[in-house]
This record gives sequence, C-alpha cells and structure tokens, in this order.
Amino acid sequence: MKKVLVVCGNGLGSSMIVEMNAKQILKDLDKQADVSHTDLTTAKTENADVYIGSEEIVSNLRDGSRNVVGLKNLLDKNELREVLNQNV
Amino acid sequence: MIDFIMNDLLGTPELLVGLFALIGLLAQRKAVADVVSGTLKTVLGFVILGAGAMVITQSLDQFSAMFNHAFNVNGVIPNNEVIVAIAQDAFGTETAMIMLFGMMANILFARITPFKYIFLTGHHIMFMACLIAVILTTAGMAGVPMVVLGAIILGSLMVLLPAMLQPFTREITGSDDIAVGHFGSFGYYASATIGKWFGNKEKSTEEIKVPKSLGFLRDTTVAVSLTMIILFLVVSLFTGSEFIESQLSGGQNFLVFSLMQALAFAAGVYIILTGVRMLLGEIVPAFKGIADKIVPNAKPALDAPAVFPFANNAVIIGFLFSFAAGLISMMFLPLFGLAVIVPGLVPHFFTGAAAGVFGNATGGRRGAIIGAMVNGVFISFLPALLLPVLGDLGFQSTTFGDSDFGVVGIALGILSQQLNSTIAFTVIVLAVIAAFFLIGIKTRKKPTKTDHS
Repeated sequence: MKKVLVVCGNGLGSSMIVEMNAKQILKDLDKQADVSHTDLTTAKTENADVYIGSEEIVSNLRDGSRNVVGLKNLLDKNELREVLNQNV
Repeated sequence: MIDFIMNDLLGTPELLVGLFALIGLLAQRKAVADVVSGTLKTVLGFVILGAGAMVITQSLDQFSAMFNHAFNVNGVIPNNEVIVAIAQDAFGTETAMIMLFGMMANILFARITPFKYIFLTGHHIMFMACLIAVILTTAGMAGVPMVVLGAIILGSLMVLLPAMLQPFTREITGSDDIAVGHFGSFGYYASATIGKWFGNKEKSTEEIKVPKSLGFLRDTTVAVSLTMIILFLVVSLFTGSEFIESQLSGGQNFLVFSLMQALAFAAGVYIILTGVRMLLGEIVPAFKGIADKIVPNAKPALDAPAVFPFANNAVIIGFLFSFAAGLISMMFLPLFGLAVIVPGLVPHFFTGAAAGVFGNATGGRRGAIIGAMVNGVFISFLPALLLPVLGDLGFQSTTFGDSDFGVVGIALGILSQQLNSTIAFTVIVLAVIAAFFLIGIKTRKKPTKTDHS
C-alpha cells in the first residue's frame, strides 16, 4: 500500500480538500493508496511515498530523498489525477 | 439513566463530538476498523485541544503580567485556536451542538436557496460556532432555543458569506467552480470593493518581481514561534529584568524566561492545531459526502489559501501591507480607549494575503496594497471592539482574530444589549437573516457560464 501525504501550511483547510479529491480520484482510477493530510512541520517527520502540495509549500520538503510533487493549482482535479496516475 | 445520558454523556463535549462522528461513520457504512479509529481520533482530538489550551493559558498569563507591568494597559494577542480552546471548558457542549446543527442548516439552505455553497473550512465552522455560543449565552439564552437560533445564524453565514464574495472570487479564479469559505470575508469584500474604486485592474501584481523568501511564513508553526519570540523579548525589555526575575521567573534570567514562554505558546498552538486536525478529519469528509448527495450542483466553499495560487505576488504584498496596517493600528487603539491588539503574523498572513489577492483582482497593485491595509485595520479594531461583548471570555489575553468573527459578534452582542427579552432578540435576528437572503437573491448576478440549476 503506497502512502500519499498532502501538505499545506496549516494542515487544516486546503490539504484536507485535496485529500478528499485524491481519495475520490484513486477510487475512479481503481487504485489503492493510503491518503492523509498534515502541516508542513509535521510532514518533515512523516514518511510517505509521495508528498503533494502547492509548489511554494512543498519546495521546503525537497531534500533529494523524498518524492515531492508541487501542484500549480491545488484544486485542479485533472492535474491531481496526472500526479496520482504517475506516482501511485 | 436519563440524567446520565443528558448530563454525563451529552454534557461532556469530547464524547458528544465523538458521538456525532460515530453516527456519521455508521451512516456511511464504513468498516468496523474505520468506525473505531475514526470515533477515537475525533474524541482524542478534542482532548488534545484542551491539553493545548492549558499550555497556552500559562504562557499567556505570564505575557499579560509582563505587558501590564510595562505599559499599564491590556495587550491582547488575537488567536482563534487559542480562544476557542480556552472556551471549550465552559462552552464545549454548546459549541459542538451549534456546529453540528449549523452544518445541517448549511446543507438545508444550500438546498432551498440559490446559494449552493457548502462551507468546508471545518476549523472556521467550529470557531464561529463557539463565538455564537458565547454571545447567545451572554445574551441569556440556553438549551434548545439557543442551539436552534445558533445553528440558523451559523448555517446562514456559511452560505451568505461565500455568496457575497463570489462575484470577486469568479474574477480571481476565472470560473464558478469554487467559492471562498473563510470567516475573513468582510475584510476581503472591503479589499475588493476599495480596490475597484482606487486601483487599476490592468496593472496586476503578478508582473512585479517579488522575492519568494517570505514563503516560509506559510508554515504556521514557524510563523507563530517567530512572532512570539520577538513579542516576548521586546515586551520583556520594557518590563525590565527586576520585575520578571522577582515576580514571575523565580530567579531565571528574564531573557531566557521570555524565550521559553514564547516557545511554550508556540508549542501550545501546535498542540491545538493537531487536535483540531484530528477532530475534523472525520467530520468534514462526512459533511461533504452528505451535502453532495442532498444538494445537486453544490459548490465547495474553501479555505482562503485556495485563492493564493492565482496571484502569488499579491499574497506576499497583501501580507506585508496588512501587517504594516496592524502595527499602525496598534499605536492608535489606546487613543480610543481600546485594548492593545498585538498584530499576529498568522492572521495577517492568511487574511492579509487573501485580501491582497481580492484587491489585486479588482484594482491591481494599488488595489492589493490599499485593500490589504484596510484588512489590517479591520483585524486590529474589530477584535478590540469584540472584547466587551464576550462576557467573561473578554477578560482573556486572547480573542477571535478574523474580521467576520468581529462583525458577527459585535452585531449580535450590541443587539442583545439593546433588547431585554430573548424572544425579541430571536425575532429580530431571524428577520435580519431573512432580509439578507432576500437582498442576496434580488441582487444576485447570473453567472456568465451556462448554469443548469
């Protein structure tokens, strides 16, 4: 089971919406993954197969070892679908 | 038995919210493991919230002692998470009830009025529910009537405020797919309106080169820590080492003491956020699931950062000018005999940035700057004016931060002080809400896109 972590500054609002969208898209794609959301600080200590968030936030997570994907538009479901298709 | 259910089970907010989550999970026919973990996490989230409140209260007490000794006025740090966490002691059950029924009212209003918005910013729903619970209790209401009226007020706000912003939101996002559901709406509305008057839409902020280096402030933990360290150290210099070391720190060096208190405050906010996140993790998706089934064409009303990607520079500009206006306002507040509202990086970042994006959409650079400054003045003066109507809760060193909490709280508070009977109060509040719905329906611009609702 792959783990997808959605990240935003507060870990409250936007990341939760993206998590809901991601779960819906994975269902449509007939894929299995564990999706959760959190804030930037906590994200650094959590292990995941792919980290998703808006570019200026998740750029702080790039250290070479993590698989980090920055979204141009958090709420664009097509962009999210592409990302999930490639990474899950 | 009845007594046990009414007082012990439903009177314990943690368990009450857990019960909501349990019912929601069962209604979605989730697997047993999901039901157990979801319910537990919801209850635990509420317990964590209370633990965070204890950490913060200690640090805040030290801060007010220092601030009072230094300046002889009250210094207030507006922070929604903190005031709500502190309020759960006395208003936990009322908050939870108004929150739940308010969400139901939101779905109902979205179903029967043209405003098809589902407000998904869970933490703001909770904060507003708490504010309404406090104001209505202070107005002398209790029990079922209070929950019903509170839920109607909350549910109305959850559709009317996104609707109020929608013409501008459409301009920002270029579509009608999403709305903004964030209780800083009055600040954004003012910013967009004033931007339209004074600015020029053609000169967008997005043509300017702005350094990206302030992006780290979007990490709430970092922003809170920095604000509090600067704030505590500056205030401690004014308070003086003698008072702090003899009265507060038990001999510990005053700078070290201030630094640790600042970090304790930041840690408390982090704890509360973790609790709120756990608490909402089950409730909001369930709410959205139910809403999608009942309201065809429901539009999600999302947290303010949803509009940030549409104007990255306006975000930074908006924050800086909102914060600057907050600092200027801080100087003026005592002249009006109001409490000193210390500008916080977090409220100014999120609402200032959103105000910048709204101002830019209608008035370009000048719109973003002036609009964000208006927002900064709003979130300095409104929290100060809100304090007197919060009853006993107004004596804490913290209060609600965003503009809508101020506007709604002050309006309800003043109304209840003018009217002696709760019945008259209820009737007038309902009449005002009905009037707003009618005005909204009358002035509603038809979306330009083909909309089959």
